[in-house]
Amino acid sequence: MNRSAIDLWVGIFVAIGFGAILFMALKVGNLLTFDRSPGYRLEASFDNIGGLKLRAPVKTAGVVVGRVESVRLNAKTYEAVATLRIDNQYEFTKDTIASINTSGLLGEVYVALDAGGDTTMLKDGDRIAKTQSAVVIEKLISQFLFDKAADSGGGGAKK
Amino acid sequence: MSSDVISGIAHVLRRIGGAVTGSISRLGFASRFLVAIVWHSPQAFRRIHLTVHEIYFAGVLSLVIILMSGLFVGMVLSLQGYETLKRYGADEQLGILVALSLVRELGPVMAGLLFASRAGSAITAEIGLMKTTEQLAAMEMMAVDPLARVIAPRFWGGVISMPLLAALFSAFGIFGGYLVGVPLIGIDAGAFWGQMQAGVDVWPDVTNGIIKSLVFGVAVSLIAVFEGYDAKPTAEGVSIATTRTVVMSSLAILALDFVMTVFMFRGGGGL
Repeated sequence: MNRSAIDLWVGIFVAIGFGAILFMALKVGNLLTFDRSPGYRLEASFDNIGGLKLRAPVKTAGVVVGRVESVRLNAKTYEAVATLRIDNQYEFTKDTIASINTSGLLGEVYVALDAGGDTTMLKDGDRIAKTQSAVVIEKLISQFLFDKAADSGGGGAKK
Repeated sequence: MSSDVISGIAHVLRRIGGAVTGSISRLGFASRFLVAIVWHSPQAFRRIHLTVHEIYFAGVLSLVIILMSGLFVGMVLSLQGYETLKRYGADEQLGILVALSLVRELGPVMAGLLFASRAGSAITAEIGLMKTTEQLAAMEMMAVDPLARVIAPRFWGGVISMPLLAALFSAFGIFGGYLVGVPLIGIDAGAFWGQMQAGVDVWPDVTNGIIKSLVFGVAVSLIAVFEGYDAKPTAEGVSIATTRTVVMSSLAILALDFVMTVFMFRGGGGL
């Protein structure tokens, strides 16, 4: 086989090889859509974020409207501060409630935003005032057990 | 009687010692060989068509086996994964299972193993036969450095081809997983791609897969050219060297994969 035919085949090979890498980066790893919608940022403080991870979805009525960009601890109040990146096309009212939910019993943890009736909208960098922390199932169970023990009167627990 | 036993034990110990020093000296020779290849690479790159020719032999001619294997591995992964995920009602997560297993592990490792048996063995046999028929010695007589003319192009051809082949393997595997998952089993296409995109990150998942395949490329290519260069110049020597290439490369790929996985994915996933 002459040299130009080999060059052609090697060129095709390298091109489809890089095409495959690009496919994995864009279609599988979703690099493109992540960078394409810069959006604006909102902050929300929670007593407990549970299993919330970076890039967890932010949902309103089940529709993904943004992602969790960073999570840090406020060293003064010992609260977790989550920075949410919201798509520019969505706006939320000042009295929006942010809560940490789990989809299903074993599903992923996400932030739910429930818009209120206020007329002023949240802007870039604003803080969501009303938040609801993650539900820790162990605490629920222990609460339930303590209530049971108190009801039955054993152990002399005082109300 | 007792002197027989002692000399027998000494014989066994001498054998063990000889094997250890032999393998250590081979390892040292292989390391010096790698340095020599890199040292002669600029000289080899001046005739870039030699390397392009080797990319053709190592990469383009391996395409069919890589693509077919990737497709079938992805399809089987999809079928088996669905059977298990269905028990937990998590069959919508099939996309992420297929993509993560392929991009992180199966793509680089399977492509590396196939590459070692398809291209590595051929490189060893070719160089070994060149040595047996004294072509390498003839080149030295003509003041042509066989390292720059023969060895380095084959080494770089393998190093360049390997990550591309691994990426193609993963991409075709994901496509095969899609074929079985969506049209055959009937998982929602949006859930398949959406879960995959939510669960696979470009960093660390995709980039670590590429780094792995690059390391495998260096290891397999080095073993292939080294075994060929080091082969005994007989018909039997070439056949032993070819076998050694496949065995050593496969072991090297699996061992390196474990080591790299420990460093790459241990505790690096979460925040």
